[in-house]
Formats: sequence, C-alpha cells, structure tokens
Amino acid sequence: MTIPIDPAQNPSGDTQVEGPAVLTKDDKGISQGRLILRRFVSNKPAVVSIVLFVLLIGFAASASGVFGMPGWWKHDFTTLYTPVNGGRPTLTLWPFALGDHPFGQNTVGKDYFAMTMRGIVNSSYVMFIIGFTGAFIGVVIGAVAGYYRGWVDAVLMRITDIVIVIPVIVIGAVVGTAVGGLGPVALALFLGFVVWTGIARLVRAEFLSLREREFVEAARVAGASDLRIIFKHILPNAMGVIIVSTTLLIAAAIILETALSFLGFGIRSPEVSLGSLISANESAFQTRPWLFWWPAGFIVGLSLLVNFVGDGLRDAFDPRQKRVVFRRVKELPQDAVVVDTAGIVSDVPVGPLTTASGTATEEGLSGEERRQP
Amino acid sequence: MLSYVLRRIGVSILILIAASFIMYLLVVWAKDPLSDLYASNSPNRDQLIAQRIAWLNLDQPVVLRWFDWFIGAAKCVVPFAGCDLGVNIQNQPVTILLGRAVGSTLQLVTASTVFAIVLGILVGIVSALRQYSAVDYTFTFASFFFYSLPSFVMGVLLKAFVALGFNDWLKDPVFSWATIIGLSLVSGLFWQAIIGGPRNRRLVVAAASIVTTGAMLYYMSVADWFRNPALGPVIAPLLIAAFGAGMVLMIAGPRAKFAWRTAGATAIVLIVGYFVLQPLLPALDGWGLVILFLVAIGVGAAAGWFLGENDRAQAMRIGGLTGLLGMGVIILDQFMQRFNDYLTNPRVGGRPIATVGSQTPNLQGDFWIHGIDTFTHLLLPTISLMLISFAGYTRYARGGMLETLNQDYIRTARAKGLPERTVVGRHAFRNSLIPITTIVAADVGGLIGGAIITERIFAFSGMGSLFISGLNAGDPNPVMAYFIVVAIFAITFNFLADLSYSALDPRVRAK
Repeated sequence: MTIPIDPAQNPSGDTQVEGPAVLTKDDKGISQGRLILRRFVSNKPAVVSIVLFVLLIGFAASASGVFGMPGWWKHDFTTLYTPVNGGRPTLTLWPFALGDHPFGQNTVGKDYFAMTMRGIVNSSYVMFIIGFTGAFIGVVIGAVAGYYRGWVDAVLMRITDIVIVIPVIVIGAVVGTAVGGLGPVALALFLGFVVWTGIARLVRAEFLSLREREFVEAARVAGASDLRIIFKHILPNAMGVIIVSTTLLIAAAIILETALSFLGFGIRSPEVSLGSLISANESAFQTRPWLFWWPAGFIVGLSLLVNFVGDGLRDAFDPRQKRVVFRRVKELPQDAVVVDTAGIVSDVPVGPLTTASGTATEEGLSGEERRQP
Repeated sequence: MLSYVLRRIGVSILILIAASFIMYLLVVWAKDPLSDLYASNSPNRDQLIAQRIAWLNLDQPVVLRWFDWFIGAAKCVVPFAGCDLGVNIQNQPVTILLGRAVGSTLQLVTASTVFAIVLGILVGIVSALRQYSAVDYTFTFASFFFYSLPSFVMGVLLKAFVALGFNDWLKDPVFSWATIIGLSLVSGLFWQAIIGGPRNRRLVVAAASIVTTGAMLYYMSVADWFRNPALGPVIAPLLIAAFGAGMVLMIAGPRAKFAWRTAGATAIVLIVGYFVLQPLLPALDGWGLVILFLVAIGVGAAAGWFLGENDRAQAMRIGGLTGLLGMGVIILDQFMQRFNDYLTNPRVGGRPIATVGSQTPNLQGDFWIHGIDTFTHLLLPTISLMLISFAGYTRYARGGMLETLNQDYIRTARAKGLPERTVVGRHAFRNSLIPITTIVAADVGGLIGGAIITERIFAFSGMGSLFISGLNAGDPNPVMAYFIVVAIFAITFNFLADLSYSALDPRVRAK
C-alpha cells in the first residue's frame, strides 16, 4: 500500500503540530519504511505489546528449550513427581522465590510450570507457522489472481470461495483429527492450508487496483517481465495490507489452535498446548484453580498482545484511518491532524486505544442539547 | 439485477457441491468409522463390523459414497422427493437428528445474536460520541479483551463464578455494606461518564445514581428480593411510564406534544392492563403471550394513528414501541412472581442457574415455570456467545459512526440548526448502519455453526455436538449434514449482505 501524501497534512502552514506521524520539512527524503516505523514506534501500546510479546515467548522458549536445545528449567513436562502440598504453586512474589514447582503440579504430579512453558512454545510454533504459511499461500494466490485477471482470476477465486464456505473451525477440526497425532509443526502446516482465504482476497483487491497505476504501466513499457513487476513494483506497495493481515491472522491462529486443542482435535497428549491444558483441567476448577488460571492467562495475554500489535501496525501503515477526530478539538493530540475524510473509505474501523498519545477531547454536546432537561 | 441474482445463485450451488465433495473426502480421510470396533474385543466383533459396513456402504469407493449422499441431499430441495441425509453409525436417520439439533441451536443463538447486535451498536455509538474520553478507552479496551478471550475460557469462568457463585449466594441473598458501597460508586462513575457534559451535571448524575443504586441494593437485600423477585404494583407502572417517556425523548424530542399524548395513552392502557391481567396471566400459554404482545403493539399503533396529527408514522412507532416494552414489563413481572415457585421446586432445589443441558429433566410445571427453566439454562451460554460477537460489533459501530460524523452532510445538518438528537439519531446513526448491516448479516450466517465450543462446554445438544460426536466417531453423514446446513446459511446470508448493501446504499450497485 502506498502512503499517500496527505492533502490536509499542512492545511494552512502554521497549524502544523510537532509529532512523529507528521511529515515536517526536515523529514523530507525519508523512506516510506522509515516513516511507517516511526509511526509505529510512536504508538506506545503497540510497542509495549510487541516487547512484552517477544519477552514472553523468549522466556517460555528458554525455559523449556527449543530446536533441540535444553532449557534452563530443571523439570521435564512429562515426568511424574510426588505431589507436594496438594500440588499448590510454590511461586511467591515477596520475597520472590520460584520454589520447586512455581505453577504447582497437576492432578498426577507433573510440574505445571514446565507444562505451561511447553504449551506456550507449542502454541507459538503453531501460530507463527499457521500465520506465515497462510499468508504465503494467500499472497501467491491473491497476487496471481489480481495480476493476471481473466480466467486465472476466475478459477482461483472460485477455489477461494469453495474453501471460504467451510467454516475455519470445522475444516480445522477435520484436518486436526487427521494430522493432530503428527505433532504441532505438521498440524500447523496443514492448518496453514485452510486459513489463507481472507488474505488472498485482500491481496487480490490490492493487486487489481495497483496494476492499473502509472508506475506499473511505466515498468511494462520499459520491458520489465511479469515476475519483476509483481515482485519489484506491486508487492512492495501491497506490503501494508499483507503485514497487517498476517498479524491479525496470527492473532486468530492462537485462538484457533487453542480452541481445536480444547476440543481434542488439535495437539494431542503427550505434547501439550495451552488449549489442551485448559481442557484437561476444566473439571478441576473448584479444587485446583491454578491449573486453569495459568494457561488461560497466557492465552488471553498472547492474543491481546498480538491484537494490539496488529492494531498499531494498521495505524502505522494507514494513518488516514486514525485521523478521524470527531467535532471540535480543544487540544490536538500529538499525532492528530484533522483531515477531511470525505471520500476515504476504511473497510476496517480502528479503535483509539493505540492512538492514545494525546489529550484530544470533544467539546461536549452542543448548546441545543444542553438546554434540554 | 435479476440476471445478477440468478447468476449468483447458480454459482453458489456449484460452489456448494464442490465444497461438499472436498469436505466429504476430508472427513473420510480424517478418521476410520470402524476404528472403535477394531479396538473392541466383543465376541460378535466381526458381525458388528459387517453390519456397519452395510449401513454406511463402506465397501464402495469414496466418490460413489459421496455421490449417493449427494443424490439423497439433493432430494431435500425437490418437494415430495423424500429427504435423505443418510444414517449415522448407529443406523439412525440423520435427517431427524439434524432437525432436533437445528431447533436447539437456533434457540441458543437467537437471543445472543439479538442482544449482541443491539448492545454492540449501542456501546459503539456511545463510544464514538464520547471519543477519546475515559468511557471510550474503557469500552475499547473491553472490546479488545473480549475479542482476545477464547470462548472456552469465558465459558469455564461463567460456570465457575456466575453459576456456582450466584447459586451459593442465593442461599442467603444479602449484600454486605462493602458490596453496596462499592457497586454504588461504580454505577455513579459509569453513568456520569456515559451521560457526560459539564462538571456540575456530571456530579449531579453521579450523586443521583449512587444514591439510587445504594437504596435499591439495600432494599433488595433486606426484602429478600432475590428469592422473591417482583416489580410490584408501584415499580411496574413506573417502568412502563418511563419506557414511554424514553421513547418520546429518543425518537421525537421533548417538545413534540403529539408524541407525549401517544405514549401517555398507550402507557395508561398498559398500566390498567397490568392490574386487569394479574389474575388471568398464570393460565396463559405461549400463543396467548404472542397475542398479548400483538395486542399491546396494536394499541400503541392505534394511539399513534389517532393522536399522531401531522406525523402519524413517527407517533405509531413511538406507540408501538411503548406497547411492546410495556407488555414486556408486565410479562417480566409475572415471570418474576413465579420465580420462587421455580426455586423451591424439588427438581431445582434452590440452585437455579444451570451449567449443563437445555432443560431440567422431569420438571413439572406450567408455561411460566418452563419459561424460567429455559431462561436459567440458556442464560450462561447466551452471555458467553454474546460477549464474543459483541466485541466485534462495538468496534465496527464505533468506526462507522465516527466516519459518518465527519461527513459534510452532518456539518450541514448542524449548521441549519437541527437539534443534536436529530443529527445523531436521524442523519448519522442511520447512515452508519449501512456498513454494519452487511457485517451483521454475514456474521449471523456463521453463527448457526459457530457455537461448537459453547455447546461443548455447556453440554448442549445442538448442531455443534452433532458435528463433534460425528467427527470423533469418523461418521461422515452427521458431519456432512452439519456442514451443508452451515454452508447454506453462510452463502445465503453473504448473498443477503451484498443485496442489502446495494439496497441501502444507492451508490453501490450489484452487477
């Protein structure tokens, strides 16, 4: 997606506000990537989210070990230990001490910290693989359909329609039943083959409009091959849509994987996932609530963080959407420029949470309304 | 237009056939329906295997089996041809199983869909009107949170806290002073933030709602209200009148005399009706209820027709809505009066909120008792389904409303001196509904199949359990029946969404 030079960016010359999201004279000559990065970095909730997300996954991965490397945590997630103190968590925050089983032990005595960390690692494997596989297939199909149009487009889009008719959780459950026993990576790869439809449609729409632009025409006149036009000219301009929808796909993938594992169609024992941990301990909620709270907290946390990051990315790639400031504004937020939004259609509305860097307030209700009881 | 519709239907049917073929192959690939028998060691194992092969035609190739299934399913569309969706592994006809499942799933999703749409749009609009305020941030964070909360986590939490907690608390339903003060303060904060305005008004609103909430909770606590709930002969008429006034203020504004007269007349009829109907209501059944509601709406509409002066349509709308809501108050009061009977019923045993199933088995009682029973069973799954779709609608409604509020015609409407209510209600709100309509329509199509997880948690035997048990047994016919219903719903509603878009927004044309 191109970042359009905003017509109302500097409407009268002197209303320019300082802020990273706005082009000032000094900023001229900065690349688009840099601009987007700046806009993203100025969005505090999104930055905090991405940092927490990386830290959380890094912590879990280092504790349980990944890619064949051993983790630093002393217990294994499959070994049975003698239950100590009814399997209660030994974690104490003040004075901080992990104890022998910081998250407690499950009903048969396995170390719950090791299981939860393993669950986070497995769930993140799955969500990244689903996200990237789905995005890759979606981009390829969408790009080919949008670029070549005609019968190629018709065939590919009908295939997309056929897959889209089947609800994701249904086809996911069927696929999970078939390949769930093969381990998390295989499961994720197969699930990636069913979630690409949304991205394919978006990318196709983007390609359809971009291929009519003058720079594509120019490239074609200059003798560029189709592949070169697709990769060098159109794809970089469609990157915004792709990155944002991939992030949102990753957020949806966490929920999909945990839900499938909860239903028993996803990751199977002895491997653990956050969803299967909840499913296994659902009935023990009254007696051993911690067996529910740890995985539930991590699922909600991961999903929330990814959603915040996705929202921040969307604002960074398409700043037009966040500039919707309703009515009179007492004090402009740092990065807000009131833009005439006529004719701008945003198909996905954006919340203010990630735009919350300023103190813009609306001036209350109009005088007419105030006079009424 | 006609050719567009026909072409679209034709393509949809082809897509449906292709998708059903893929789905059939996938289900057959996923699991062998004989696997449980191979593992069993019953003496007549071989005979059972042979029987199941005969039932399901497992000796034929997959494509032929799909074709058989497809011919049977296609007969469902042709009248009098006899619908045949095959049998499951217990040799029960799937058509009958499907009928039951569709009924109970519809019961489950209808209420949650309606509440999610109404609440979601309401909250989204409040959020947009108070953009960048504390309310807005709170609602936005809440919608993000609910969006990220998987339905199974929500279901387990609701079961553990709402159901068990409320049932335990109901043994001795008394609020502690700390609870009363805490809840009152929260309600004060909430209402002053929603209503907004200058500081004085906020303070007045906050104080009023703190006092009202505190007094209400104290009264409920000392009067044992939660075991014997009722609105009573004072509150119910007041509520009816308040609904009437609310409709007038929302739709016509405080200066419209004809609207006040319409709502007043309707409310008086309903208040009289409240006292007249008291002895008659217990003998009522479901159809009587429907008739009562229709009569109430009719009374309101008639009042609007006669008192409506220049704006009959608006007056009839106000009258009809007042009638509907007022009758709702009367019926709600009757349900509340019977709640104690339900609570002390030996099958219920003082623990009303149920966590499994769709009804209490062997419950004796009349229409009202069964109504309360259905309510207590559907309450938690409905909340759980509602909160999930509610989050999405809030975000869309907020975004749509903000975009509309920044349009030129809104500025024009304000500039020509229209009251804020008219600007927001008539010019902004209606236009912001256009994009939401399409999203809602597409969502409703998915809802019928989307309750898989919620049904599993609350042990509800609807479409979801048909699918899960079928898939677990490797039984293709129930899974395919589930799939075909879900797919038809999804395609139909997507189609309706596209059509409604071009109907609502003349700039968009279906081609």
